[in-house]
Amino acid sequence: MGEETKTMRGLEAIRLAIEEEMERDESVFLIGEDIGRFGGAFFVTEGLLEKFGPERIRETPISENAILGCAVGAAMVGMRPIAEIMFADFLTVCMEMIVNQAAKASYMYGGQISVPVTIRVPFGTGIMGAAQHSQSFESWFMHVPGLKVVLPSDARDFKGLMKTAIRDDDPVIFFENKRAYYLTGDVPLDKDFTIPFGQARKFTEGDDVTIVATGAMVQESIIAATKLKEDNIQCEVIDPRTLVPMDKKTILNSVEKTGKLIVVDEGCKTCSVSAEIAAIVAEEGFQFLKNRIIRLNTPDVPIPYSPNLEKAIIPNAKLIQGNVKKLI
Amino acid sequence: MSSDELPKDLSSDELINLYKKMLLIREFEQRITKDVGRIKSPLVHTYTGEEAIAVGACAAINEDDYITSTHRGHGHFIAKGGNINSLMAEIYGKEGGICKGRGGSMHVADFSKYMLGANGIVGAGPPLALGVALASKMRNEDKVVLTFFGDGAANQGMLHESMNLAAIWKLPIIFVLENNMYGWSTPVHYATPIKDLSLRAQGYGMKGLTIDVNDVIEVYKTIKEAVDFARNGGGPTLIECKTYRWGGQMTMDADKYRSTEEKEEWKKKCPIEAYKIKLIKSELIDKAFIQKIEEDTLEQIELSVKITKKSPKPDTNTVLDDIYKNPMNLGGN
Repeated sequence: MGEETKTMRGLEAIRLAIEEEMERDESVFLIGEDIGRFGGAFFVTEGLLEKFGPERIRETPISENAILGCAVGAAMVGMRPIAEIMFADFLTVCMEMIVNQAAKASYMYGGQISVPVTIRVPFGTGIMGAAQHSQSFESWFMHVPGLKVVLPSDARDFKGLMKTAIRDDDPVIFFENKRAYYLTGDVPLDKDFTIPFGQARKFTEGDDVTIVATGAMVQESIIAATKLKEDNIQCEVIDPRTLVPMDKKTILNSVEKTGKLIVVDEGCKTCSVSAEIAAIVAEEGFQFLKNRIIRLNTPDVPIPYSPNLEKAIIPNAKLIQGNVKKLI
Repeated sequence: MSSDELPKDLSSDELINLYKKMLLIREFEQRITKDVGRIKSPLVHTYTGEEAIAVGACAAINEDDYITSTHRGHGHFIAKGGNINSLMAEIYGKEGGICKGRGGSMHVADFSKYMLGANGIVGAGPPLALGVALASKMRNEDKVVLTFFGDGAANQGMLHESMNLAAIWKLPIIFVLENNMYGWSTPVHYATPIKDLSLRAQGYGMKGLTIDVNDVIEVYKTIKEAVDFARNGGGPTLIECKTYRWGGQMTMDADKYRSTEEKEEWKKKCPIEAYKIKLIKSELIDKAFIQKIEEDTLEQIELSVKITKKSPKPDTNTVLDDIYKNPMNLGGN
């Protein structure tokens, strides 16, 4: 029996998840800048103000610490807030509430409370955002025990993982790739469709090379894998979907089969998501490796404005394809 | 100016309780200071000298109203009704501590008493208070939040974002600024260009008041008025309470940057001594009763030390507990 689905863009899938959860649970509310009348910088929350009113779609002044203070404080006393930080780049002005408060409260208060907050953050390149509106900060938050870090790559996963994030009792930082916002996909309409954290998704099967990719790099990897099939090279494209918790098992099982690993992510290379995944495989799956691990990242450079410069530094299908061939 | 009149809305027992609580905080902190060698942490901040604020302020709210606290949080914890045995055990890092030895002095919290935690980050309490007040408002609970912070936090951006947001949404928050004259070694007159920090309230369209006496009744009355105002939908108030930190910034601080004269001058304005005189004058208590209170207080503290000593160290096998509430799903495919 096939599930009932609807084709929609990533940003609409997030909106649908939020809408369903707000209908289901009165303690869910939204807070952020320009999320009401304007509908959010990327229109994710468009129409929600009309539907739920200003009490639950709370527009704020430009005060990121106050936004997250509101969300985290409300979560500490049992609400389930969803806070939007307009661009991942703006996380730098409100790290305090995420790192020292939300992530720590359960542990440092001896398990007296939990903090069921969801922090939504659009990130990544592709809109000529330049150095302060394009960054990929997801790996920073993997370094903070107490947070769960989610990074879906398509519409279906946006919906399923957003619903899990809202229902989860722990603080979740939900990275929304800007390019994935506009990618269409079939999204289940079941109101209880959720995707558990800690389960990677395999997009293609293959015995030759494992490609682990996140965000916009998943689509680039799928394109590369499709092209490589023409040369009879079979790649397994895996999206971890949640960076914390990380589904090591799926990655290690795949590397056991292929013996070769490429990791692709949009963050700059040093201390990136790819660094962590490469380290996991080097540490726990060294015996499976038949060749060196390749990491494909944006180099350690601020994101440039001019599209041709930006394009030159972001990994793409062609780069992935060429590197797979190096490993064969 | 100190008011000589005792508030009529408090019963005799309640008035005496203010004294008991202040004394309990004082003696508790004295004991901590004495036991610092055994506690070992250099990062224990005592509330000695500032007792009138926590006690006066917490007396002005209901049991199920909330407070957020600071790195100097023992006084707030006790004033809000927290148990001193589990407070003492926490400061000693024992399993019987209120946070099972995970938090320590800077993170003492008792959520069952609506005491939402001491906080090691200066200025982090007020933004959290916003969310607590907002939740209460959204659930029509008619609760208020007291958010304590110091003169150090008064210059943090987070506080200003919080005062602005609280003001535009008329959130039921009382911003209680404990001006103890120093942010560690930095005097407030160096750190800010104004005499009364309550002036800051004007910029956010809220009422700002300064209490320049270290007086529990004055604190109680002023906070009570702000609490009633907030409960009736009037929104937040900023109340600056001028006080003085008798000890150094924390247990490791040799406190060489303040003169003996200055410290002695402030000790003359001891809020507990002043209130005791007031109670005797009003014939609510006599010297024999005071002695009894003092003995009881010391007994309570002695008992908390005994209980703490008996409490085991946290089991190292549990060191990874409570990082997350929901188990980390690592199912794989």
